[in-house]
This record gives sequence, C-alpha cells and structure tokens, in this order.
Amino acid sequence: MDQQTEHYDVIVVGAGHAGVEAALAAARMGCQTLCLTLNLDTVALMPCNPSIGGPAKGHVVREIDALGGEMAKTIDKTYIQIRMLNTGKGPAVQALRAQADKWLYQQTMKETLENTPNLTLRQAMVEALVVEDGVCKGVITRTGQTFYSKTVVLTTGTYLRGKIILGELEYESGPNNQQPAIGLSENLQKLGFKLVRFKTGTTPRVHSDSIDYSKTEIQPGDEEFRAFSYETTERNPNQLPCWLTYTTEETHKIIMDNLHRAPMYTGAIKGTGTRYCPSIEDKVVRFSDRPRHQIFLEPEGRHTKEVYVQGLSTSMPEEIQIKMVRSVPGLEKARIMRPGYAIEYDVIVPDQLWPSLETKLVANLFTAGQINGTSGYEEAAGQGLMAGINAARKVQGKDPIILDRSQAYIGVLIDDLVTKGTNEPYRLLTSRAEYRLLLRHDNADLRLTELGYEIGLISEERYQRFKRKKRMIEEELKRLKEEKARPDETTQAILKEAGTAPINNAVSLAVLLRRPELSYAHIERISPPPEPLPREVIEQVEIQIKYEGYIEKQIQQVERMKSLQSKKLSPDLDYHSIKGLSYEAREKLSKVRPLNIAQASRISGVSPADISILLIYLEQMNPARKNA
Amino acid sequence: MQQDTIAAIATPPGEAGIAVIRISGPEAIAVADRVYQGKNRLKDVDSHTIHYGYIVDPTSGERLDEVLVTVMKAPRTYTREDVVEVNCHGGLVVVKRVLQALLNHGARLAEPGEFTKRAFLNGRLDLSQAEAVMDLIRSKTDRARQIALRQVEGRLSKRIGELRQILIETLAHIEVTIDYPEHDVEEVTQALLREKCKQVQAGIDELLKYAEEGKILREGVKTAIIGLPNVGKSSLLNALVRENRAIVTDIPGTTRDVIEEYVNIRGIPLQLIDTAGIRQTEDEVERIGVERSRQALAEADLILFVLNQAEPLRDDEVALLEQVKEMNVILVINKADLEPVLDIDEVRKRYPQLPLVHISVKEERGLDQLEEQIVEQVFSGQMDGDDLTYVSNSRHIALLHEARQALEDALKAIEAGWPVDMVQIDIQRAWERLGEIVGDTVSETLIDQLFAQFCLGK
Ligand SMILES: Nc1nc2c(ncn2[C@@H]2O[C@H](COP(=O)(O)OP(=O)(O)OP(=O)(O)O)[C@@H](O)[C@H]2O)c(=O)[nH]1
Ligand SMILES: [Mg+2]
Repeated sequence: MDQQTEHYDVIVVGAGHAGVEAALAAARMGCQTLCLTLNLDTVALMPCNPSIGGPAKGHVVREIDALGGEMAKTIDKTYIQIRMLNTGKGPAVQALRAQADKWLYQQTMKETLENTPNLTLRQAMVEALVVEDGVCKGVITRTGQTFYSKTVVLTTGTYLRGKIILGELEYESGPNNQQPAIGLSENLQKLGFKLVRFKTGTTPRVHSDSIDYSKTEIQPGDEEFRAFSYETTERNPNQLPCWLTYTTEETHKIIMDNLHRAPMYTGAIKGTGTRYCPSIEDKVVRFSDRPRHQIFLEPEGRHTKEVYVQGLSTSMPEEIQIKMVRSVPGLEKARIMRPGYAIEYDVIVPDQLWPSLETKLVANLFTAGQINGTSGYEEAAGQGLMAGINAARKVQGKDPIILDRSQAYIGVLIDDLVTKGTNEPYRLLTSRAEYRLLLRHDNADLRLTELGYEIGLISEERYQRFKRKKRMIEEELKRLKEEKARPDETTQAILKEAGTAPINNAVSLAVLLRRPELSYAHIERISPPPEPLPREVIEQVEIQIKYEGYIEKQIQQVERMKSLQSKKLSPDLDYHSIKGLSYEAREKLSKVRPLNIAQASRISGVSPADISILLIYLEQMNPARKNA
Repeated sequence: MQQDTIAAIATPPGEAGIAVIRISGPEAIAVADRVYQGKNRLKDVDSHTIHYGYIVDPTSGERLDEVLVTVMKAPRTYTREDVVEVNCHGGLVVVKRVLQALLNHGARLAEPGEFTKRAFLNGRLDLSQAEAVMDLIRSKTDRARQIALRQVEGRLSKRIGELRQILIETLAHIEVTIDYPEHDVEEVTQALLREKCKQVQAGIDELLKYAEEGKILREGVKTAIIGLPNVGKSSLLNALVRENRAIVTDIPGTTRDVIEEYVNIRGIPLQLIDTAGIRQTEDEVERIGVERSRQALAEADLILFVLNQAEPLRDDEVALLEQVKEMNVILVINKADLEPVLDIDEVRKRYPQLPLVHISVKEERGLDQLEEQIVEQVFSGQMDGDDLTYVSNSRHIALLHEARQALEDALKAIEAGWPVDMVQIDIQRAWERLGEIVGDTVSETLIDQLFAQFCLGK
C-alpha cells in the first residue's frame, strides 16, 4: 500500500483497553484495520490499579469473552493472583477478580495485536478527523499523514487535553506522563461535539523492599482453579498475595492539616470527580467520623518491586504524600517510587451517541471507553468491543449489534450512557442491573456465545463445545424434573445426613434440590445421571433449579420490557409535532432520540403518560392501520 | 403485545345503584374466578353470557356483594382482550372492596384512560380517534397525579417516606456488601434484615388499617357546613350522614369545635365538616371554635352555607357571604317548615350566581335536591366528574398490599436461608411499590444512598 494515502476499513485511534478490543474485533471480522497509538510501549496500559474484575466489572470481562473479545484470555495468562468474590452470597453476584502482572499484560496484549491478521498497529498521534458532509472518512496525524477509512473508532481514554495535577504542580499530560492529545480535542469541539471535563486519579507506588509486611494482613489468592475465559484450561502457578493495612488517625491529621494544598480543595481541579474512586482527601473529609480506611498493597507484577497502594489515591504535593504513606502501619519506611496524581481530561457527553456507539453528529465515527465518561478498564473494554463490532458491521452493511439490559452488563452500561448521560465518571455496579439474577457471572456464555458466533468472533470449535454444554444442561434439567426420589432407606439416610427432613412420598429430584440444605452432590448420590457431568454443567443445573422461582419472575419482567423494545421509534421523529407530550418529554426525547419505546421509558422526565401517547402515535402512523 | 390484566370502576360516580367494574387482559377471567362464587366457574362459561353469584374475599371467606358478571372473550370486546364486567349493587364502599379484592388477586389498577388506550392499540377504535385518546390520557393523568399528590401530602407521605428510608438504607447496606465485597462494612445479618422488614411491615399494616377503616379511602371533597349559630348546621350534618354524629340543641353556640364526618353522596366521597357557628363571641371556648371554623372554610372545596328561613338576613351573614361568594358555595335555606321571614328574593338578587336550595331537616324535605345540587356542583365546578379521588385511593391500597407482600416474601426468603442478593429483590420491590404511592421510583437514588452512606472507592 502507498504509505501516503493508505485506505482501511476501520481505524481505531488509541490502543488502551477499549482500543485493543475494538481493533481486534474489527480485524477478526475481516476488516482491514489500522490501530494508531501515541506510544507503542503503552498498548493496554494499566495506568491505575493493577487489577481486573470484581462485581459487575468481572461480569463484563466474562461477557467480553463470550462475545469473542480478548481481555479475559489475556488476564488469565498474566494474573499473579485470582479470587472469587462474594462466595457467601448468591450466584448472581459472585465474581472473579485478578491482580495483573501489568507489564506482562501489556506485552501479551501487544503480541496478540501484532499477530492478528488484517490488523496494522502503528505509533502516531491523531490530530484531526477527516469529515465530509457529516461523514467520517479518516484521520490526520501530527506528522501530516492522512489515513482513510470507512469507519473510525475513537478510544482516547483520558488523553484528551489531559492535565496532571499534583499539589501546586500542573502540566499538560496524558496518564503516567504520556503525551496528551490536544489537537484532537479541539477538532472534536469544532465538529460540534459537547465536551465536559472529568477528573480521576491514582495512588503512589512504593518499593516492595521498603514495606514491613509483618504489620499487615495477608490476602492470598484462591486455591481452586479459576479463569475468566471459557477457553482457559490451565492455571497460572505461584500466585502472589496482596496485603491489607489501614490508614491511621495520624494519616487523617496530615491530610486535614494540608487540605489547603490539596488541589481538590484549592479549586485547582475543575473537572467533575468521581464518587466511584474518590481520593483519600475526599474520603477523609466526607466521612470524618471514620477512624480508618482500608489500604491494599498490590504488587504490580512479578518482575517489578513496585507496589500499588490501593485506597490512597491522592493529588497532594509529593512531600505530603510521603508523610501520608509513612503514617500507615507497614509503610513507616516506605519509599515512594511514583507519586499519586489527579488527572483531568475531556469527555464526550455520551448522550451524543447512538446505542451502537456511533456518534449522532458524525456518521461512521464511533467512540468507546473513558472518552465516553466511564471509569475502569473493564467498562472501556466492553465498549471497545461493541464499537469495534459495530464499526466493522457498518463497513459490511449490516445492522449494529445492540445488547439489551437483560442480556449483558455491557448492555446496561451502554444503555445507561446513551440514555441517561453521566455527570461523573461512570462505574458499573451490579445494582445498576435490574435483571441482576439473569446477568450472572457463571452464565455469560449461555447468554452471549450464540451471538458471538453469529458476529463471527467465536470459532466453530468453541461454538460446538458450547452447544454440547448447553445440551447437557438441558438434558440434566429435564431429568431432575422428571425423575423421582423414593422414600427408601438410602434416600432417607442421605437426607438425614444433610440435616433435612425425610420425604413421605416420591418427589422429583428438582424439588429436593430446591431445599436449602441440599446440593447437587446429594442429588447425585440419591440418583446419579447416566454419565458423570462436567463441573460447569452441574453448576448451571444447580443454579437454575435452586433459584427457579426468582429467575422466572425476572424473565417475566424482561418479557414485558421486550414488548416495549419491539416498538421502534424512528431516529428522525419530530417529537415537537406530537400533541399531548409534556414539554420536558419533548425536549428530552429530541435530544436522546431513543430507538424504541423501552429506551424512551428510561429517559428521566418521560412519564408513563408520555409513553402511552407515544404508543398511540406509533399506532396512528402504522401503515397497516392506515391502509385498512 | 404482551399485556397484564387491568381493572377499574367503569361507571362514573354519582349514578346511584349499580356500579360496574371492568377487568381486561389475558388473565381477566382467571382473576374474576378467584373472587367469584357462582353456579359455574367463569372459565367454563360461554362468551357474552351473564352470571349470577357472589364476590367473596378469598382470604376471609366473607361475601362482599351479590353480583351479575358478564364474561366476554377476545376479540369481540371493547379492548379486544378478554373482558369481565362485574355489576355490583352494594353502594360505593362495597364496590371499592370488590375492586380491592380483584386487585389483590392478580389485576392491576388501570391507569387513567387505559381501557380506551388498549382498545385503540388493539385496533378497536378508529384512527381518527387517536387524538381524542391522547387528550384523554394526558388530561386524566395530569388530574390523577394532582389528586394523588394532594392525597398523599402530609402525614401519609411523610410516613411512607420514613418507611422507604428504612428500606433504602437497608438496600444500600446490602448493595455495598455486594459491590464492594472487600470493604470493611459489616455483612448484613439475617437478624438485621428480619428486623427491618418487620419494622416496615408493621408500618404498612398501620397505614392499611387506616385505609381499611376508610381514613385514607374516605378523604374526599372537603365540604364545610357554615352559617350563624343555631341555623341547623349540625342537624344537616346528621341528616346527610344519616346518624346522630353532632350534638343538636336549640342553644346557639352548641358546636364548639370542628366535627368531621365522611359520607358518600351518590358515589362522591365527601369529607363533611360541621363548624361552630361563626359570630362575635366573648366565650373563650367558642371563640377558638370560630377560629377553627374560619380555617376549615379556607381549605374547603365546597361550602354549604346554611341560612335560617325563620330569621332575617343578619349583618354577620352578609359579611360572611361576601367572604366566600367567589368559592364553590351552595346556599341552603333551612327550616323551610317555619314561617318565612328571610327575604329570599334579596338573597337571590345579591348572589345570583350561587345555587339555592330549600330544605327542612326537621321534616326531611329538600335533602334530595340538596344532594343533587352537591353532585352538580362537584361535576361542573373545579372538580371534574371523574372517580379519580377514589382511584388514587384504591391504587394506594393496592400498592400498600403489594409492598407488604413483597416484605412477606423477603421474610420467607430469609427464613429459608436464601442469599442476601435474593432477599434484596423482594425488599427492592417493596421500596418501589411504596415509591409509586408518592410518585418517586427513580433507581438512581439507591446509588446516591450507597455513596452517601458508605465511604467507598479505590
Ligand atoms: N323547625 C326546624 N327546626 C330545626 C330544623 N333544623 C334544625 N332545627 C333546630 O334548630 C336548632 C339548632 O340546630 P343545630 O343543628 O344545633 O344548629 P347549629 O347550626 O349546629 O348551631 P350551633 O352549633 O349552635 O352553631 C335545634 O333545636 C334543631 O332541632 C328545621 O329544619 N326545622
Ligand atoms: Mg352545631
């Protein structure tokens, strides 16, 4: 190809967690894809905490995997510790979290990109978009090169007009002293995008040898086999522990005595901060009655001495940071290797996007990740994957894939962003999902593999394996519902041993399994399946039977939502012409331009009466009805 | 389109005698069967047939009313869904209880205009009627919201707010342990959950008790009976409620305080307020009564201004009339059995816009006309002829029941040892139902609560 005027199908700007997923998805879907990054050494950089997963976020990683994305596989290869959280709670909220070897993670991800056919990875700073008649046709770099493409995905993270603030010091910078993207931000503004300023921050890193671990509590990884990806079969040996300690009254005093030097309080920081990852200054001020806050010490990798001090995100001057760190038990002699800092950056107000993540203003331009106002690697990756998929599908003339709220946390995330917007960095929480029980960590494959296969990101081999699993689950569910346990001696003995009442008549195995005292292991002894079942099949069968009542209720709610979702609204609908809508509803609907009634009903300010009126309006416009 | 089953009173209030409750939706017949007792199960009868039987409260077994039930199967119905109509005889209070029973057994109270909306959406009404349907929904909804809000103002909404606060704090506590499992917040114990659920449930029970005694249900059109002492105000109140509620004597100044009583006048719920006769007085107790009367006056939706036919028009009366003449007033000329002294023509001339009714409480004359006039006034005046007051009331009761049931489910789940995130589903439902009563169900508030209550983050 001619170096001066290269033509691609998809250009991805940025190679952070959103960018790499977008680029890999597009390339794997057969699109000639160019991925441009400011610095090739920071592909899939983790500028903040070295961990992936947790409730809701871990769910997203599983979903990414079920759809054929990369994050799960890469973290499985590179974790130094992995744990299942919420094991004492129900199946819906259990989730994995891993500590990453962040260097290895980056390296592994870069290697994957480099070895993916159709994918070109290059270092370049994008200064502007090529936009003609409201359609994006490519990008222009700082060195004056123009790359043309059919679609462009922007995943520029916190780089847009990034500014680092550290005590009295302020300078233009991307995260971790990377170059900021100034020109692009101005270009977006010129194109008419509404940008706002958000703020986030990170903690100091300290040298491992300077920590007195004896004063902290050890937090080991799980002994059991754990993996994010449904394809991972091998475990990562030799897990490293994390360590728990606490701030002290002394820490809080140092902070309070120096508040006048904290950028959060001097007014130096103008961006909207987050409740979801507040600085320690914030925590101490807002919760002044708490005597201490948790601090987790997390190794940043196997071949580094840097330790991330989780819980101590701060933008205090460095000298104060040293004092703060040293007031924490175990860190009395700690040597800071990198100070914490706050970073401000530009964000595209996400109600300027369609649910496909294409912008409303400029066709064929997609945005994903922190540029859309989210926080977190997982949220970024989930969006990146969807933006990559939809950018590729647009090239291929196919309809976008829009996950709905009953399908995936990724669906919840994107719907929240485009329907409600956000006025602070958005973090996923399981409580944001109204169908939490359906969106489980364990069943992400059952929810999404089929779709991943249709999209073309799941291999035939994996799909066949998935179908086998699904069939085994169905057969076993059927068996448990049909087969009966009889009140014979063996059965009664097993029941007694489990501490539950004996049975008087024959009852189905499913009914027995629903008893809280019983698990599949008991049922298996009462009446074994024709062939022993794999662990992941048993897990599904057990959950689906035990929680059937609750699951059924949520399915009914979903059906009601889906019937509203099937009522499509045209993006060009003139809401001001519909009589009877309230003023507020007209304004909001015109701005969000929802794609269906269900989405419309989630816009704040749109009342049930407005929805009724929209339904009648739709019926009125129904061509079948008109001709009748 | 997938629909749930809705029910509402279909006849406007004010029509004496029969009231019709309409049920529509896929479950209409099943829901009716749950409370109907007759020769046949309704599911077995032919479409478009009428059946005689009883509505029975399945929980208590009590017969609520003797009814005729019409069963109409889709699609030849008003909404093109299965429709059941229940014809009740027992007056408004009974009708309400019948509807309540239906709502407690699977139906949802219809939104304003919802039957018509369904009829339209299911292709039953003409396209040209679309605008009319939209108008109907808009106006009815706005009105319903207004009335609903007015009704939940004050004590009820404060109490519901308190109960919701308990629930949302509990929910936030549950959520924090789920979303921040490693955070040093205590796990929510079963004992704590049980305690909170029971506490809120007791609060709901108290509200339901009020409701069932009619204290919420009966809040209706505020109607003040005013006039000089001894004109027969208390007598009129007793006549309207058909029992001796207020003390009646021939001593002027008998009623010293405001007496409230609730009554249905031809289907319209009235909150009747008997007042101390308004006059200048030296008596301290009476003076306070007069003060209160003035206040009741200011809040009234409707005023029954009683004059004594056997007395001339007094200056005090003229002064009072001047004060209220812009309001919704009916002039009630009492003691029509006595020699006329009052110059009625003069009264008419001064206040031509005010309707005037002659009655004699003593001889029970003219009360019919007065009732008619009240209905007229309510329909044509500020208040429209809708049963919305009533609707929002029974909506509240249905929601209170649902919230209560949700907490019951939560308690069962706790007993059965279900994990906390399952119990959460039920508690959340209770919180949402209570929120619907006060018109607030935004789920963002949970997340706000979460971050206000706990110190979270990395
Ligand atoms: N003849 C006759 N007497 C009546 C009639 N209505 C009421 N009275 C009498 O009038 C007297 C006063 O009646 P109340 O009802 O106590 O009058 P009120 O307006 O409540 O008086 P206060 O409470 O003192 O302000 C009583 O003796 C009643 O029996 C009527 O229609 N005809
Ligand atoms: Mg009296």
